[in-house]
Amino acid sequence: MSESKGLIKSHIVKKYWMAFTGLFLCLFLVGHLIGNLQLFATTYEGQLQFNEYAVFMTTNPAVKILSYLTYFSILFHLVDGIVITAANRKARPQGYAYNKPSANSMWSSRNMGILGTIIFVYIVVHMQNFWYEYKFGSTPYMMTEDGSAPVLKDGSVVKGGTIENGEVLLNGEVMGAAMRDLYTVVLEGFQNPILVAFYVLGMIAIAFHLVHGFQSAFQSLGLRNQTYTPIIKKLGYAFAIIVPALFAIIPIYMYLMA
Amino acid sequence: MSTSKGMNLTLKIWRQKNANAKGQIETYQLSDVSPDSSFLEMLDMLNDKLINEGNSPVAFDHDCREGICGACSLHINGEPHGPGRRITTCQLHMRSFKDGDTIYIEPFRAKAFPVIKDLVVDRESFDRIQHAGGYVSVNTSGNTVDANAIPVDKESADKAFDAATCIGCGACVAACKNASASLFVAAKVSQYALLPQGQIEAKNRVLNMVKQAEEEGFGPCSNTGACEVECPKGISLENIARMNREFFSASLK
Repeated sequence: MSESKGLIKSHIVKKYWMAFTGLFLCLFLVGHLIGNLQLFATTYEGQLQFNEYAVFMTTNPAVKILSYLTYFSILFHLVDGIVITAANRKARPQGYAYNKPSANSMWSSRNMGILGTIIFVYIVVHMQNFWYEYKFGSTPYMMTEDGSAPVLKDGSVVKGGTIENGEVLLNGEVMGAAMRDLYTVVLEGFQNPILVAFYVLGMIAIAFHLVHGFQSAFQSLGLRNQTYTPIIKKLGYAFAIIVPALFAIIPIYMYLMA
Repeated sequence: MSTSKGMNLTLKIWRQKNANAKGQIETYQLSDVSPDSSFLEMLDMLNDKLINEGNSPVAFDHDCREGICGACSLHINGEPHGPGRRITTCQLHMRSFKDGDTIYIEPFRAKAFPVIKDLVVDRESFDRIQHAGGYVSVNTSGNTVDANAIPVDKESADKAFDAATCIGCGACVAACKNASASLFVAAKVSQYALLPQGQIEAKNRVLNMVKQAEEEGFGPCSNTGACEVECPKGISLENIARMNREFFSASLK
């Protein structure tokens, strides 16, 4: 087909991908939020449950596939966004001496690139804080509530066991990999008010990104009619407010709790 | 005519000798402007004054001055066709301004709308988009089929008509932060896509018109909705969604 080259290069196709990856990342946000809500349980059982959840999230093969899809979506969304922004800028080499865009459009809809950049910086810092710290950093190991015995990744307690290089030893015999205590890393991390403020700011950026992005994705994909579009718009606003707000409450809660 | 009601205005107008010249904003004082005059009449008044003073008048596009031809343009105080809604510049009246106001008047800005002179821009890119697919092929060689012989449901007919009210003025492009022509192209695609007569060429129409718009240098659509707000004919964003759907299904065919 003679038009095929134009199809791949078309702005519209780039917007389809922007919408598709964006909506997938909305689903990811929901999943991530459900996991995070466990942090509200501040008892030892809550701590253990969260750390068991961290083991599940880093070992389950289905989760692994989803996580690679998520990384891919974030990077694709980012690169596609840069390409689209470059095309946006090229279309008006000379701007207006006096422009009043607030008269006809929302701030968030005009600043998705800036919001996206803030979100990207947030993701990098967030990954360093917890993902890198959990995988490669000096995350402590999970002990029983009285601190007397180490806990294995499957949640079993090894009485009289010692931890060496991430493995629990009992009388010189390897009993299994030790469970890491991500909960404490999170709790201690959020004792720093600057980090708490940074997380809240990151969530505000995501909220504004979603206010436009959620409903815009449906428009880009051509999914619009008189019945569903008003519902999608309301749902988008609710999503953009509720999801980042619940995320943002967690660091504030952990800061105030300790 | 009472002179007490006349307004004194400071006009900041883009002046550019020709397509290749480097333009700049120039400031003019105009006094005794009637609030009842139209915006273009105010510019006529300024041009009379400039000609009488031996200066070159400000070039601007206009034709019907009835809000139906799409010839007038102008980016006034930061908005295409000025502060009014659902009107073209010719339907904007000076009562929308106050005595002592400063008014910025600039050409529509887009790579695909190069300035010819002062406030006049070349909008032939729109014509080329139209030529790429904005038509239906009808046999007119003596055996013309009565258009009304083909049944069209009321809703589709209304929507096609709404899309067809686009006058191709380019305000959508001027308002868009990306100088995107999506609303224009979508209106032209929709007006045929909604009717049975438009089905035969539907696939190539959307592909070719979108391709042409991008080749002209119009930007991507960010769904800000600025075009719909500024459109003098109130063309709906619904048309852009329809174009996106048409493009998708045409790409798969």
